[in-house]
Amino acid sequence: MPDAVALYRTIRLIRRFEERAIELVRSGDIVGGVHPYLGQEAIATGVCAALRPDDVITSTHRGHGHVLAKGADPARMMAELAGRVTGLNRGRGGSMHAADFSLGILGANAIVGAAGAIACGAAWAGMLAGSDRVAVTFFGDGAVNQGVLLEAMNLAALRRLPVLFVCENNGYATTMPTAGAVAGTITGRAAAFGIPASTVDGMDVSVVLDAAREAVERARAGAGPTMLECLTYRFDAHHTFEHRVRLRYRDDADVAAGRSRDPMQIQGARLDPDERTRIDVAVEAVLDEAVRFALASDHPDPAGALDYLYASGLRARPGVA
Amino acid sequence: MPILSYLKALGRALGDELAADERVCVFGEDIRVGVANVTNGLLKRFGPDRVVDMPISEQAFTSFATGAALAGRRPVLEFQIPSLLFLVFEQIANQAHKFPLMTGGQAAVPVTYLVPSSGSRTGWAGQHSDHPYSLFAHVGVKTVVPATPTDAYGLFRAAIQDDDPVVVFAPAAAMGVREDVDYATLVPVPLGVARVHRPGTDVTVVAVGHLVQTALSVAEELADEISVEVFDPRTLYPFDWTGLAASLDRTGRLVVIDDSNRSCGIGAEVLATAAEQMRLVAPPKRVTRPDGAVLPFALALDQALQPSRDQLLTAVRAVAKGG
Repeated sequence: MPDAVALYRTIRLIRRFEERAIELVRSGDIVGGVHPYLGQEAIATGVCAALRPDDVITSTHRGHGHVLAKGADPARMMAELAGRVTGLNRGRGGSMHAADFSLGILGANAIVGAAGAIACGAAWAGMLAGSDRVAVTFFGDGAVNQGVLLEAMNLAALRRLPVLFVCENNGYATTMPTAGAVAGTITGRAAAFGIPASTVDGMDVSVVLDAAREAVERARAGAGPTMLECLTYRFDAHHTFEHRVRLRYRDDADVAAGRSRDPMQIQGARLDPDERTRIDVAVEAVLDEAVRFALASDHPDPAGALDYLYASGLRARPGVA
Repeated sequence: MPILSYLKALGRALGDELAADERVCVFGEDIRVGVANVTNGLLKRFGPDRVVDMPISEQAFTSFATGAALAGRRPVLEFQIPSLLFLVFEQIANQAHKFPLMTGGQAAVPVTYLVPSSGSRTGWAGQHSDHPYSLFAHVGVKTVVPATPTDAYGLFRAAIQDDDPVVVFAPAAAMGVREDVDYATLVPVPLGVARVHRPGTDVTVVAVGHLVQTALSVAEELADEISVEVFDPRTLYPFDWTGLAASLDRTGRLVVIDDSNRSCGIGAEVLATAAEQMRLVAPPKRVTRPDGAVLPFALALDQALQPSRDQLLTAVRAVAKGG
């Protein structure tokens, strides 16, 4: 199991990866923008630290943290964001669809709440194959009113699937405050299906890790799904378009209060300062190389725009004859 | 020779695939008892880990199948009602279909979606009578509409063996078709290959699904005046354009009969492609449902909105004289 240093390193990697990605959005090297994971790093870090390499995850539109925490190569991840052939998805997926099946990363998914049922199906297949591997599905507070996610919870409980439902409650579904969208409670939804659920501090990686370990052990033992609601705060925009179009849905006091507890500082304070500095320097070197690698990589050839559309190799008709 | 019904062909194909490949499994509602008459007996043969009865939650179990496919299974889903495909369009068109490209070729989603009794079932009204195969062809999901029991068997098996998502529409109006066949001759039928049921030299009639029987009946009635070739695409996506071009090289005249709504139905695509790229000596015609059709309940109204034998007969005569 990872120690405090490794946990800090992952949080730092995600934090700086996001900040570097935002710079590349500003410079125009990443088109389409990104949904920054800033402020939520302890959740992906803590949950993925409780997993084995053969466990699988599904992620969200705000997915960079999950993908990195599960072990994806930051250079190939950055190349994917920049739409290059060396990217995880060969430049076909981008920020919202990054996947690395070799690491059990079944993809970030751009439809809110859509991946829960996919994770359940993967968990079922693993269970029937005799494996004790676990599936984790990450989603936000905005997903808890999506019918298909609630249907997925029902299936998971009904079949005692080894699934961990991780809700990252960052206070806002795009601009909608949680209180304006969620009747009842988030954990109450799990309780309705008989799924054990708890609400934990999503800003403290050690708390997240402890809760995730317990849920993962439960799933491996065949005791079925668990939900974790991790309370967190989105430090930056819903999406980088907000950096250009200022939306007024949370005031400065709210943002200041939300940012007052920083998962990177909380975990960083547990390290020897010299060691923390060494990690910061090492992470920066990794990201320097990631950015260099991404920007030095080739753009895809437009002639291959329909490549990979069909696993069977079928070629689609072109749009002009 | 034994008689093979359409439903029996589907059930047999499913049983044969379950027996041939242990990755294959079936999800659906009430499939343990076989409410749709396809899965009867499969639970006993293959057990509850492979024949999985699902609660009524189509969206979840459709993506559940995607997840199982990503983890190495080859699920078959049965939907009791064609209109449920609207409910799971997100899960098929926006999730399963997009995984291979979006992941840069890392993922395959070999799932088959079976709709036993698509189109009008006579008297089942607005929300049970749709025939949305053109929607799937439009988004590029492989789509098959078998017209005969032999093809139902062969195309369904090929669909399950295919590495991509495939929707199989089994038209309600084709369920009565029976064939005398030697079961030993039943084999998978490759996707994307059309079948000429009746050769002809004057007019090509492209008929989809149950309308193949309508076209054959019209061809027989007109035999003394017009030589009609009955062309069954069998797979609507990918469409056998080469086969159609060969047919039009012979006839130069085209009528399509298609149980889709008129705008953007597969009939429109057939006419457009033929007009752009193939030999036509007269303006083609299509017989379809009206634009935006919602089938009303009363029998006469239900039938009034479906493409009819008389409409086809009139269209074939008009096209034969045209040009």
